Amino acid sequence: MSPARKASRPAPRRTRPRAAARRPRAAKVAAPRVLVLRAAGTNCDRETAFAFEQAGAVAVAVHVNELARRPSTVDDFHGLVIPGGFSHGDDLGAGTVLGTRIRTRLVDGVRRLVDRGGIVLGICNGFQVLVKTGLVPGFDGAIDRTVTLAQNLSARYEDRWVTLEVTTDRSVFLRPGERYRVPVAHAEGRLLPLDESVRARLHADGQVALRYVGPDGGHPAPYPWNPNGAVDDIAGITDPTGRILGLMPHPERHQFPWQSPTFHRDGPAELPDGLRVFLHAVEHLRHTF
Amino acid sequence: MAAPMAPARRLPRGKRPDDRGSRPSSPRPRTKASPTPRRPAPVHRIEVALKPDQIDPAGRDALGQLAAAGLSGLADVRVVRVYFLEGDLTAADLRKAAVEVLADPVMDRFAVRRSLDVRAGRPSQAVTVTRKAGVTDPEADSAAATLRSVGLAVTRVKAARTFHAFGAPQDDGRALLAAARRALGNEVIEDVVPGELAKWRFPAPAAVRVVRREVPVRDLSPEELTELSSALHLSLSLAEMAAVREHFRGLGREPSDLELETVAQTWSEHCKHKTLAGAVEHEDEQGRRTFKNLLKETVFEATRRLGKSWCLSVFRDNAGVIAFDGEDGVCMKVETHNHPSAIEPYGGAGTGVGGVIRDVLGTGLGARPVACTDVFCFGPLDMPAARVPDGCLPPRRLMRGVVSGVRDYGNRMGIPTVNGAVLFDPRYVGNPVVYCGCVGILPRDKVEKAAKPGDLIVAFGGRTGRDGIHGATFSSVELTSESESVSSGAVQIGDAITEKKVLDVLLQARDLGLFHAVTDCGAGGFSSAVGEMAAETGADVDLSKAPLKYAGLRYDEIWISEAQERMVAAVPKKAWPAFRALCVAQDVEAVVLGTFTKTGRLVVRHGRTVVGDLSMEFLHEGLPRVVRKATFSRGGGPEHDGPDAPDHTATLLSLLGTPDIGSKEWVFRQYDHEVQAGAVVRPWAGVGEGPSDAAVVAPKLGSRRGVVLSCGIQPSVGDVDPYAMAWLAVDEALRNAVATGATLDRLAVLDNFTWGRCDKPDRLGSLVRAAEGCRDAALHFGTPFISGKDSLNNEFRTADGTVIVVPPTLLISAIGVIEDVRRTVTTDLKRAGDVLYVVGETHDECAGGKWYRLLGLLGSKVPVVRPTAKATLLALEGAVGQGLVRAAHDVSDGGLAVAAAEMAIGGQLGLDLDLARVPGSTRRSDRLLFSESATRFLVEVAPEHAEAFERRVAAAGGTCAAVGRVTEAPRLTVRAADGRRDAVAVAVPALRDAWKSALPFSREESPR
Repeated sequence: MSPARKASRPAPRRTRPRAAARRPRAAKVAAPRVLVLRAAGTNCDRETAFAFEQAGAVAVAVHVNELARRPSTVDDFHGLVIPGGFSHGDDLGAGTVLGTRIRTRLVDGVRRLVDRGGIVLGICNGFQVLVKTGLVPGFDGAIDRTVTLAQNLSARYEDRWVTLEVTTDRSVFLRPGERYRVPVAHAEGRLLPLDESVRARLHADGQVALRYVGPDGGHPAPYPWNPNGAVDDIAGITDPTGRILGLMPHPERHQFPWQSPTFHRDGPAELPDGLRVFLHAVEHLRHTF
Repeated sequence: MAAPMAPARRLPRGKRPDDRGSRPSSPRPRTKASPTPRRPAPVHRIEVALKPDQIDPAGRDALGQLAAAGLSGLADVRVVRVYFLEGDLTAADLRKAAVEVLADPVMDRFAVRRSLDVRAGRPSQAVTVTRKAGVTDPEADSAAATLRSVGLAVTRVKAARTFHAFGAPQDDGRALLAAARRALGNEVIEDVVPGELAKWRFPAPAAVRVVRREVPVRDLSPEELTELSSALHLSLSLAEMAAVREHFRGLGREPSDLELETVAQTWSEHCKHKTLAGAVEHEDEQGRRTFKNLLKETVFEATRRLGKSWCLSVFRDNAGVIAFDGEDGVCMKVETHNHPSAIEPYGGAGTGVGGVIRDVLGTGLGARPVACTDVFCFGPLDMPAARVPDGCLPPRRLMRGVVSGVRDYGNRMGIPTVNGAVLFDPRYVGNPVVYCGCVGILPRDKVEKAAKPGDLIVAFGGRTGRDGIHGATFSSVELTSESESVSSGAVQIGDAITEKKVLDVLLQARDLGLFHAVTDCGAGGFSSAVGEMAAETGADVDLSKAPLKYAGLRYDEIWISEAQERMVAAVPKKAWPAFRALCVAQDVEAVVLGTFTKTGRLVVRHGRTVVGDLSMEFLHEGLPRVVRKATFSRGGGPEHDGPDAPDHTATLLSLLGTPDIGSKEWVFRQYDHEVQAGAVVRPWAGVGEGPSDAAVVAPKLGSRRGVVLSCGIQPSVGDVDPYAMAWLAVDEALRNAVATGATLDRLAVLDNFTWGRCDKPDRLGSLVRAAEGCRDAALHFGTPFISGKDSLNNEFRTADGTVIVVPPTLLISAIGVIEDVRRTVTTDLKRAGDVLYVVGETHDECAGGKWYRLLGLLGSKVPVVRPTAKATLLALEGAVGQGLVRAAHDVSDGGLAVAAAEMAIGGQLGLDLDLARVPGSTRRSDRLLFSESATRFLVEVAPEHAEAFERRVAAAGGTCAAVGRVTEAPRLTVRAADGRRDAVAVAVPALRDAWKSALPFSREESPR
């Protein structure tokens, strides 16, 4: 049985707090613990948990209601991932309902996690949630909504493979110079800054983490290489610490060699592109805790 | 302007039983409406829109759709979201609602208690779309819940969208309204009103009195019985009504309306399959034969005789189950959802997906859905409006609605939609066909289930409303030009997120062993779900316990409502607290409706009033058996007997550009086919994204074992010979799977029949021949049928009385297990210099094919599956297994020419072929290129493996011939059979352009 399936069971009620797990020791951990946040409509939780497990972490799925009941649960973990899906049906705009819930109730725990060296990853709907929460870009550590993910220019949901380049050296999830072939699948992924100054600051501060590249590997990437019309081909952004990453594409959908669409022609790659992101993150946690 | 008031929605059912002078019985019932507030709470209005400098993709989309609906010349459309909040709220509260929840600070602006200035001085017209009162609106409910969560005292929310159109014709707005009614809203579930919606008054909860209503039947004449069945929309025949009358004469009392409804739902064609599982006297050129049970003696018979040990559960549960590995089984079900989709394509198709997913959730003790499939048939997309009969939606709008419905439901559920087909024929204009399939995985020790007496009847998931009343009986009647208005109550409204929550808790409860049995509420709602689960035991149900979407439902409406996203489980009393806690923790509503008993009776109450008491035996065994007559004679038309043309390039380009053959990218691009991280072979293949033959998913993370899914469907061949069509459909499904890497002895098939009215002997005769074809083909290939579904009565009566009958539409779906997904094969060409083989023989068999359709011919020489078919499949299977195959593509619609073009498009490489080398009995280039002979493949083999490949095919008893080479230059060149010229010479990009632009949507919505 996969750990993810085990994890999807409701967490047993504990009468005594587990002090040891709650406060990770300063020594390096072999298997960092990652909380996979579930909510109504989350649907990429199993494979995202599996990717973290493949990379060496222990992934535990926790429902947001459970977290709301005991917000300190997050202190038992080294990482938090908000997986893809349609949390609350994308009602009121993708990520709005869950983002509002986190912003008004749970954001302190998330901040605490990042402040002690932990990581937060938001993939697709998870990125939408991070943006609506105001955790990214998080200029000066503020919780402030200064970018959004608007409806695709094509006005519809699209599933296609894209090529990403890493454009920051700040992110613990990414290595400068790497490129990833991974799929996108969304209807609201067009990154849009509040104004010109936000846009300029994203670039200047190295918070633009990932960009879609065109057929020749450059910019601007035309449709469909930039699948949604995102400003400056931006596919993902990081917070100033480099420990929070939000991205529209799905790295967990390229964690096995046979998932690559060119697998049947070119054979298996040495290391699936998407898996690298999880490996980098787990490596960071191993060195931090 | 005044708000459209919400009238109590009248049900389309003619005279109520009350009108017939029934009398109240049993104790005075109590009403169960929530208390009406003394003073209505104030309602506040908030408008939200994109900032003026923002691009409005939804507005652009509306612009395009209005243009498609005939309103041209618009310059721009902007969308405003309108929210009405009920509650005692201050101006500061309303501002908070907008800032915190309703408006995005980056891209939106908002106005509280006033309208936004969208016009900015420009002249405009507006139209507003909103859900009708009583229709589920998940977004409004989400808004209310989220506003409450930020501390605002909001009781209810109403949402609407106003479209501001600029550059509209200078009239009173009539043209915009008319176009908006066609393009922007669906009046089955939405109100489309002119201008802005300034006010909204929330409907006051209706009070309801529970009184058992009787329907006298004991003294009715045959004419009166028929009239009653029709007036109450029971869809019961005279013989069935007479059986009901005799039953109640025997009991010495009249039935309640609920009892009559229960019988009608249980005996409906949809639930009982009384035609296909009934007795038939058939006559054709081969003589007379009689069947006691057509299905049992054809489709089931093949499965029984094949006796495959890996068939774990067939034809008895919601879905058929086969072994996957030592731990798990995989199950599959394909549903028809034709009638609801004809009336309301978005909701109909969406709930079709939702329904088949629930079938899988309700298989055994619950399976986890891992893939969806969809096959649609529509009228031609270019059918002029004037030729679309009254009461039918234009095919383009239908298709757009159906695809959106499938997209929004499947994607939200997080189930990849990986395989399908779309077909077109003018005869689908009144009866579009929507087949939705779902595949699930479940532990092998969770395949069996049985409710035990004493178990609680637990309903969980969505609430019950008026949606989808009479779906089961509605799907069993002929549609008419009136159906759109008469039957709109039968349309179901979906809410995928509620179903996703149900999926989550159901699988968790399964793994914790919290229930003995589970099933979905599908057609017939609680009446069918409880009636079926309790068939062997008995049940006592209290309908007053069911959570309702709104007050005012009558008990019989609660009982037969087909409101979506509901499941029923048999939960042992001691497990109920844990089951309930699990549901509460994840916001899933669960209630105890009653108890499974051992009385053999179905007792239904509403509070203290008994409103139904039927014996299970009568309900399940009381259906009178009738013998139906069937006759059959072969169809067909003249063959093409002109000379062979010198050049066929233009014909090939035309074929690639037909919607039947052309790229369905516009469809599958909108489906999430990657979620769950299991995709191995997708709907598209290769760098050029050519079409795939089948889909492969690896459903267990980390395991290399896969499931292959494919389909076969050839209705045009059925116009000539439904027996040959059935063989061909089975052959097509299997060859698609084998070409992708499946092994034949681990493949199973499913049948779906969409036919005309089978009370007419000629329609039934063609069904008999198709069923016989299914049996014989399954026996030949050794592939058992594991599940099926039929939809009969697919005929449309136009206002002038013309009857449009759908072609005999048999869908065969194949499912198989692949040991290692790394050994799968795709259709795209891989390397220049490789050898291209034809496997199988080509004959003059163009009837019912796409080339003949282009010529306007039906023909009579249809593709015949020959006795060598199985050997041919095994030959390819062996070669793939040995790793000798680089690419393989089945040859079907459009023949060898189209198959070669598609491989080249996928691989962005060229082909140089010679028709003289193609094996078979015909020597004409046109036949060799376009014949649709069965059991053929085009196969790419590396030169170093060519000899081994040939040996492998010959050893298995197959036929193959090297017909050419893969070239670096992207050009398709085909030498004519006489060797004197090129029959086809064309650049691959030209092929690709023709193929890619076949659907009008792809042209309308070119990327920006």
